[in-house]
Amino acid sequence: MSENVEITKAAVDAAVSDALKLIQSANDLASLKAIRPTAVGENSGITKLSSLMGKLPGDKKADAGKLIIAARAELNAAFTEAETTFYQAEQNQKLIEESVDVTAAPMTQVLGARHPLSLLQDEIADVFIGMGWEIAEGPEVESEWFNFDALNFDADHPARAMQDTFFVEPVDAHLVLRTHTSPVQVRSLLERDLPVYVLCPGRVFRTDELDATHTPVFHQVEGLAVDKGLTMADLKGTLEHFARIMFGPDAKIRLRPSFFPFTEPSAELDVWHPGAKGGARWVEWGGCGMVNPNVLLAAGIDPEVYSGFAFGMGIERTLMFRNDVKDMHDMVEADVRFSKQFGVVL
Amino acid sequence: MRVPLSWLNEFVELPKGSTADSVMAELVKVGLEEEGSHGYDLVGPIVVGQVLEFVEEEQSNGKTIRWCQVRVANSGQKAADGGEDVRGIVCGARNFEVNDKVVVTLPGAVLPGDFKIAARSTYGHTSDGMIASARELGLSDDHEGILRLVTLGIDPEVGTDALALLGLNDEAAEVNVTPDRGYCFSIRGTAREFAHATGAKFTDPIDSVKPVQGSGFKVEIKDDAPIRGKVGSTKFVIRSASNVNASAPTPAWMVSRLKLAGMRSISVVVDITNYVMLEMGQPLHAYDAQNLKGSITVRRAKASETLKTLDAQDRTLHLEDLVIADDSGAIGLAGVMGGASTEVSSATTSVLIEAANFDGVSIARTARRHKLPSEASKRFERGVDPKVAEFAAARAIALLEELAGATADELGSFVDNSLGALTVFLPEDFASSLTGVTYTATEITSTLNEIGCEVASVDGGFEVIVPSWRPDITHKTDLVEEVARITGYDRIPSRLPVAPPGRGLTKRQRMRRAVLNQLAATGHVEVLTYPFLKPEQNSYFFAEGESRVVLANAMQEDVNEMRLTMLPGLIDAAKRNVSRTLTDLAIFEVGLVFQPAKSSKSVTLPNGTSQPSDKELEMLHDSVPNQPLSLGGLFVGNRIAEQVGRKASKSGYADAIQAARVAAHAVGVELELEQSAPKGFHPGRTAKLVIKGTDVAVGFAGELHPELASANDLPRQVGVLEINLELLFAHAPELVQAGAVDTYPAATQDLSLVIDQDVPAGKVLEVLTQAAGELLEDIVLVDDYRGANLEEGKKSLTYALRFRANDRTLTQLEASQARDNAVSAANAKFGATIRA
Repeated sequence: MSENVEITKAAVDAAVSDALKLIQSANDLASLKAIRPTAVGENSGITKLSSLMGKLPGDKKADAGKLIIAARAELNAAFTEAETTFYQAEQNQKLIEESVDVTAAPMTQVLGARHPLSLLQDEIADVFIGMGWEIAEGPEVESEWFNFDALNFDADHPARAMQDTFFVEPVDAHLVLRTHTSPVQVRSLLERDLPVYVLCPGRVFRTDELDATHTPVFHQVEGLAVDKGLTMADLKGTLEHFARIMFGPDAKIRLRPSFFPFTEPSAELDVWHPGAKGGARWVEWGGCGMVNPNVLLAAGIDPEVYSGFAFGMGIERTLMFRNDVKDMHDMVEADVRFSKQFGVVL
Repeated sequence: MRVPLSWLNEFVELPKGSTADSVMAELVKVGLEEEGSHGYDLVGPIVVGQVLEFVEEEQSNGKTIRWCQVRVANSGQKAADGGEDVRGIVCGARNFEVNDKVVVTLPGAVLPGDFKIAARSTYGHTSDGMIASARELGLSDDHEGILRLVTLGIDPEVGTDALALLGLNDEAAEVNVTPDRGYCFSIRGTAREFAHATGAKFTDPIDSVKPVQGSGFKVEIKDDAPIRGKVGSTKFVIRSASNVNASAPTPAWMVSRLKLAGMRSISVVVDITNYVMLEMGQPLHAYDAQNLKGSITVRRAKASETLKTLDAQDRTLHLEDLVIADDSGAIGLAGVMGGASTEVSSATTSVLIEAANFDGVSIARTARRHKLPSEASKRFERGVDPKVAEFAAARAIALLEELAGATADELGSFVDNSLGALTVFLPEDFASSLTGVTYTATEITSTLNEIGCEVASVDGGFEVIVPSWRPDITHKTDLVEEVARITGYDRIPSRLPVAPPGRGLTKRQRMRRAVLNQLAATGHVEVLTYPFLKPEQNSYFFAEGESRVVLANAMQEDVNEMRLTMLPGLIDAAKRNVSRTLTDLAIFEVGLVFQPAKSSKSVTLPNGTSQPSDKELEMLHDSVPNQPLSLGGLFVGNRIAEQVGRKASKSGYADAIQAARVAAHAVGVELELEQSAPKGFHPGRTAKLVIKGTDVAVGFAGELHPELASANDLPRQVGVLEINLELLFAHAPELVQAGAVDTYPAATQDLSLVIDQDVPAGKVLEVLTQAAGELLEDIVLVDDYRGANLEEGKKSLTYALRFRANDRTLTQLEASQARDNAVSAANAKFGATIRA
């Protein structure tokens, strides 16, 4: 072995050139990894050269060192570049392989739905909750006293016969399926402290055969306010506010004289429905009036001190003209397609 | 009430060109809602013709027709259609003679049903028009041949416009009369209201009638048992007429008006009583005086007294029924229907006209009891003006004289115990304080005058004497409605009242919504079903003996129970959906179920006009059945359908249990499951749902009993759940207390135990959790293996456990120690061993 050790530029260049050829010969990450020891690792020409460094005479070390460092830098850069290129290519390939047809994404859970009649009751409740009112409830099988007597339906009043009432056995227990949500008025007045501002949504019953516009089981929402100094103007203002929220800012209401045993004066309520299918028009919406003094008396309230107003409308009817539901059958048949078309919004 | 316009126009001036629609548009303003219009639907030319001659011709079809020459215009003049004065017309009827005057519909005329008349070829002739029957004209149901005008007692000139002649150009406006406005069941009342609506001048029909008081006929009102303190009859007027030609024809104008008002022409005498009733609102009854035995008594029916009414029904009377009786017994149900024995016939020559006033409550009960609502009872129930009786009787007598050749006589009676007019005090500012409209004193006075009140201004308000036809006005509030309605509801201003600060939805209401929304959010579809069930449907899930809420008048006789459970309704809903090929269902409903009240004893209802005592209220509340809110759910078919890269997932008990968990989770409650076999459910695939940490069961989730599923045409595997939401809500936390979220690393361990197959995995999990101690953060059952490598009757349950300490990093040793404790407990309790 010669003691005459030299690290010449030519030797370094040759080592670099050999290594670069090796790197260029690689065609993917795996082959690059395989040539790594011979190109830039422990078996590479440049490593062999640098191992001679110790044997160099002191005055040659600096120059040789520079040569080696430069060469290593060049080789490392070339190796890293190749590595990066191959990595990117492999990643790209993987992404391509992972691609799917997203338009065929499966449903991991079916979508549910609320029944629109149930949603609409919630929506109406929220309008009144926003005004500081509260929501009151009552039983569906109800004592005749709450359903009729306390509401100024005299036992022999023709209005009592005019309601097509379901009676419960035994009839002398005087139970009925409530014919309207109005008995909740009386319950609220008996149970709550004055003033009372309550909304009573719920299910009611009349012996009507099911057809396109009737059903023996339907829903109403009833509003009741009893306070000092309430007038029909307050009734009108409340209904107007309600109508605008339900039917848009251009909605308005109209009252027509009518009769209900539990209100006096009484009125039929029409709403101007700006978004009605086929053009804006007046639609019969419900009934209303000032609470009959006899109703206040039945609840132990002095009609000389307090007055009140009440209103009520059908939820089915409202849904029909608001959301263009054409047939009552759709609302009562529990066909899931009906609920599903609404999902959870009205 | 149907109001023929020509009739209305006699008492209030209708604007030119008024139609039924325009009249209804006015009446609705004062509270008479429109119901629709009624007319004859005829278009001319329809004229009077005279049969000049006819030839009978037998046809090949065996029918004989008449080939007629009919004069439809005076000789040499053009007919109404511009054609010849004599027409050849084929007629199938043979009930007429030469020279008879008839009604001819000329070419160009249109009959109801868009039946256009034109000259047409038939039976070998060109028939140039048609001779009409009464039915073709819409005048009656009579189609026994053509209408001969002689039967109407008229002989009009040939060519006369028959529409005007017979009143067929009239139409009627039908309005809905609310129960407080009985007086509007008359032309008199609706004319008055039309005047209120339009300001047109109203003429009271009674103003042109001069009543005569008859005497000498004995009438006694003997009410031994007034209903609710009211004597059955307060007024009873009898007038008499003789020489009546009861077979005289009813004039066409009257037939037409009756017909438009919805009443059939019967005979001249009956028609007159109906006509006067419609005009004045006073029901009348005509008796054949010759068949009346002795004098009249108005009394309550006797025990088991019977009466044959005009409709030929033999009726057994009730002690409460008010009857008109003569010496032979009851001859009429007062105010409801007359009796057959004194019925007016074509042979009748003398007639007694009764114009009485009966108590509304008494009449209403009788009409309802005998299921006999009549035009008379309808009016008495709502109140008849007590002042009008004698006018109505006089008007009827006058019409009998005019139309039936009768002679009025002096015989009659006049009993009047009517109460005086009611006076109501209206405080000065009361109307304004209730309506929000500022009314002047003059406005109030003039408005009330307009509706017939007498008004006197007194200190602080008005003394108002209520008109006799307004029994509904008894309180100052009633007067306010009149003022508001006559001056117009559109004057009421709008003001939004400010309610005191509210508390928002109650917790119960929020929980209900949360359950609904969470179930919808997790792929369940809300439906609504009727709560009516057949008894056997309740019995799917409850014992036969379990008492139920039963309807007394169900719409379908066999669907007469209220639901004790939500499930039968959902089964029906599923059935319907499946029949419509909607076979993958996850449906739910929240609603009330009905459990009979503790006591179903009879209840005496308190008076409705004052607050019941606490005791009475308690009785009322106790009488009302318990009606808890319930959640039902049902699953059929696939929970998730087969899709790209996925197999279908069939629904069943697990979906039902998961829905129960979702509902409980929505209100902050955790459920534990216990194997259970309630009635109607699959005995091996159903869980009792128990509130965690209690022994309160809130419902069941699992599958329907396969036999029940198949009996309802559903597939064998139907997931179902039902939860009593009242119980669930009662266990919702008031407030959720937060625990610390520990951040030290966790140690996980898997554990496989070999155990007898009949030990529920849930019970094992409970024991493991208990014994593993505080370090156990989470435990999940990940596998239940049965089969090879296990002893017969054994299964291997694998649980994944996660341990964590709140103050240090756990060592595996600590975790293993805790796990071993759990295993020991499971071994002690169930003989479980670690799977090798």
